[in-house]
Amino acid sequence: MPKIEFSPSIPSRPVYAGLASQGAAPALMLADAEGAEAILDLAARDAAVVDHAHIIYIPAGASHGPRLKALGARLYAEAPTFAAALERFRKALTDARMGTQLYLAGSEGLIGQAQAEALAMGFPEGAIHSEHRGTVARRMQCVHCKGITEGVTTDPFLCSHCGLTLFVRDHFSRRLGVFQGVCVDAETPGVVPPTVEIKP
Amino acid sequence: MSARMLRVAAVEPLTPLVTRFRFVAPDGQALPLFSGGAHVVVEMPEGDLVRRNAYSLISDPLNGSCYEIAVRREDAGRGGSRYMHSQVKEGDLLGVGAPVNLFSLDLRARKHVMIAGGIGITPFIAQLKQLARLQLPFELHYAARSRAEAAGLRLLPDLPQVHVHISEEGNRLDIGAILSAQPLGTHVYTCGPEALIDAVAATGARLGWPAAALHSEVFMAPPPGAPFAVTLASTGKTVTVGPTQSLLEALEAAEVPVDWLCRGGACGRCETGVRSCHGTIEHHDHWLSDADKSAQTRIMPCVSRFSGTSLVLDL
Repeated sequence: MPKIEFSPSIPSRPVYAGLASQGAAPALMLADAEGAEAILDLAARDAAVVDHAHIIYIPAGASHGPRLKALGARLYAEAPTFAAALERFRKALTDARMGTQLYLAGSEGLIGQAQAEALAMGFPEGAIHSEHRGTVARRMQCVHCKGITEGVTTDPFLCSHCGLTLFVRDHFSRRLGVFQGVCVDAETPGVVPPTVEIKP
Repeated sequence: MSARMLRVAAVEPLTPLVTRFRFVAPDGQALPLFSGGAHVVVEMPEGDLVRRNAYSLISDPLNGSCYEIAVRREDAGRGGSRYMHSQVKEGDLLGVGAPVNLFSLDLRARKHVMIAGGIGITPFIAQLKQLARLQLPFELHYAARSRAEAAGLRLLPDLPQVHVHISEEGNRLDIGAILSAQPLGTHVYTCGPEALIDAVAATGARLGWPAAALHSEVFMAPPPGAPFAVTLASTGKTVTVGPTQSLLEALEAAEVPVDWLCRGGACGRCETGVRSCHGTIEHHDHWLSDADKSAQTRIMPCVSRFSGTSLVLDL
């Protein structure tokens, strides 16, 4: 699946420049589902990029695992979910030194959460590289109840915590790695615009 | 930039080449506080000329009772530091500007690593006092040629985080070793000769450090050079610049108003447009891009000079 180009939006909306090799520096690579292809393409352009890399992959039903593992990175691990990968990811961040490069690839939810974790641990923004691949589903926070709904693909959608009908905004929280959802019928209860698929 | 007159309260040699000066307000009032890395511009009147040099403050940033600077005598310089060493005595009144900080700590950092070469130790003296108060992790590496020349030895606290490298004793600074073992969120600050700053930048780039985590300050006084003349586009007036005068000082002497801040080619405040240039601008600043420098359409009058037939400024 190729890289997705998002339409221009407000400055808050994250943009993903795409992965570019920073050479054979120590690296931490985290990908989910189709994000594996971004890592594979990166390694195809510069094989040295995985020499000192620790790859963590969340397949989420995709079948790229064996090819990623075959890249021969220093460490390779799979996890069923981001929550399950978090322990390993945090340990890798704790051990990392300045100069380590962080490559994130896959869904916006994964990139946003992983970046928030890394920034919270002092990872310099200039050493974080990201590429969006796969689903355009969003990780949404309800601004009213603060609950987070994963994998939102429609606008509006129902908050899975408080049940309000939420409008999908491009307003993004870097601290939490979530987009903001705002009640769409607060002024006119029950008058809800037709539901549409989220577009890139 | 208005200066206030401060009294020289103490003059104390730290090494044969470096002297510490303490300034206090003549009326005993508290001076504005500052932050570590700040400098002041000191006015040195000599005949018709007023020389202004920037010096890092080395006193405690939260102590308003005095300002202290350490001045290294540069015998090949334009005379500012020689004036400080030979003319300034205890009890004198000198014009001193308000503190300005172009080299402050990035307080988002998890750890601060300071690398100083020679007299480049000065901005870190005040930063160390600030870091001690904030209780933030740091380490400092101070490189000097010889123990006799190392003024920093008199100024630095005796702490395990302070590492002194005396090259004469074979204990050279290993930039690669310093930069390869720092925890996430470390910022590096370098002050000293340009070769040191370039070496830290090159080593950082090789080890994958993002440029935003590397800070530096070159302490630069305007270099002397051959005399030259410039023409002002608005009035057609010609201003001549003497061999030990900077273009900015010559413009000030001719009462042409130019805004300035650091007088060392770093801050960009005095950037001036060039209307036409027949000759070569000798760019000495760290402000203009390489493209701007080669286009010869901008000049930093605080440090840059000119050689050629005519230079017309947008003034």
